Amino acid sequence: MTVLEVDRVTKVYAVRGAGQIKALDDVSFTLESGRTIGLVGQSGSGKSTIARILTQLETPTSGQVRLDGQPIPRRGAGLRAYRQKLRMVFQDPFASLNPYHSIRYHLERPLRLDGVVPGAEVEDEVRRLLTRVRLDHDVIDRRPHELSGGQRQRVAIARALASRPRLLVADEPVSMLDVSIRLGVLNLLADLGREEGLGVLYITHDLATARHFSDEILVLNQGRVVESGPADDVILRPQDPYTRELRAASPDPEKHFGSVSGALGGAR
Amino acid sequence: MSDPLLSVRDFSVTYDVDPPVEAVKHVTLELRRGEILGLAGESGCGKTTLAYGVQRLLKAPAVITSGSVVFHDASGEDVDVHRLDAEQMRRFRWDKVSMVFQGAMNALNPVAPIGSQLEDVFEVHRPGMSRAQRREAVAELLEIVKVGRQRARSFPHELSGGMRQRVMIAMALALRPQLMVMDEPTTALDVLVQREILRQISQLRHEFGFTVVFITHDLPLLLEISDRIAIMREGEIVELATAEQIWTAPRDEYTKTLLSSFPRLTGERGVVAR
Repeated sequence: MTVLEVDRVTKVYAVRGAGQIKALDDVSFTLESGRTIGLVGQSGSGKSTIARILTQLETPTSGQVRLDGQPIPRRGAGLRAYRQKLRMVFQDPFASLNPYHSIRYHLERPLRLDGVVPGAEVEDEVRRLLTRVRLDHDVIDRRPHELSGGQRQRVAIARALASRPRLLVADEPVSMLDVSIRLGVLNLLADLGREEGLGVLYITHDLATARHFSDEILVLNQGRVVESGPADDVILRPQDPYTRELRAASPDPEKHFGSVSGALGGAR
Repeated sequence: MSDPLLSVRDFSVTYDVDPPVEAVKHVTLELRRGEILGLAGESGCGKTTLAYGVQRLLKAPAVITSGSVVFHDASGEDVDVHRLDAEQMRRFRWDKVSMVFQGAMNALNPVAPIGSQLEDVFEVHRPGMSRAQRREAVAELLEIVKVGRQRARSFPHELSGGMRQRVMIAMALALRPQLMVMDEPTTALDVLVQREILRQISQLRHEFGFTVVFITHDLPLLLEISDRIAIMREGEIVELATAEQIWTAPRDEYTKTLLSSFPRLTGERGVVAR
């Protein structure tokens, strides 16, 4: 089922001295529930502008975004309901959680504000959320600084899930995390997407994780979608010169040394 | 390739806080002249502390608790780094060993043109040079790193991230050191710019013959550019081998864990449970 439609969206910024800059140029794609789209491109390609438009921090110059067939409401209760259905997971879990508040507070807020469950059930729901993101319940009264980066990002994901959204927008969700815990967080997002029918928009510059974690990949260059398709097709058989360039620039020990099979079998 | 440039023996650093943290534990390492040694590990494993420590760049509460560092100069002289007095140390740093710092893009002084910041290096370390000679040396450096001599009067904010990083490399290259320590030099850059910088580093190394210690958590990147790789964990080097050995036959369990933390760009799928 189609959750999100981005329909011919263009965003133009007026920059003093430089005239007009097209941050997005006629971008279209659709996202089905339970599927993940990887949005890749270098800095300045327009990835984050898409996230900003989806979260209504910016409005498109032309074109339309529809969630469940409905255009994004501009204000009021409609906009709040929209934001309940689309949630962000930000890059930096050290900055996106409030250091003054406990984990319980972070998860209770959206539950109460969006009236997801009756007041008496809030505590249970907080615990359910922690379970869903594979966190121990004893973190509930801790504050963010007492948790590791990976745990904090799981709290941020739990907070995003609290409002029972249809769609998660994850903007570089693991780039600030230590390498050995990145896959755990990505796997969690993948599991949630699949088990709960969430649509996930995974924004990254890392082609390798985009390939493994997405069903489909969209390559952005200077605001335009230059290539899109099933993840393996885009990465293994890129057609567009820009995609090829990106791929050639990404570290690829496989190409460098030839592939290894078996040697790492135990570790996987 | 095989003669040593730097011998580190039984080197330990403790952060004297409560409770004390042993950040580097009895590291022994021989750096070979002309090689690129990759130093990999996760945050807090001690890789930066080790790199700073061997140049005595650490401040309190860090204390070097054991070990020796000997620099084998190209002149044939052996320098015991920990025996140098303050003035000898000042001369030694940057002249023999230079550093490209973590977050180097933001390490430049925002209110001075990059040319004058580069000139500072010569003013301090080559007091005999005239102003005109310094200017010329700076212009040449900016040409070498392909920023261009006309940029000497630009301020850091007028340059892109990649260009600022090149200026930092020019600065590290200024005195033609024998060893360049690079601490996460490309981490904040996107892949295309990163690739350009790496190409440039490898080209400069061929041209000037310096040795590189390249610190990063990005193991796939190290596998491509390094001759040898040292894997660090909790202050210890758990494995040190050629890049090829690390890739094809890693021995340590932690090395295997790190390797399996990176999904393959073109290899088999299935690392992520999807």
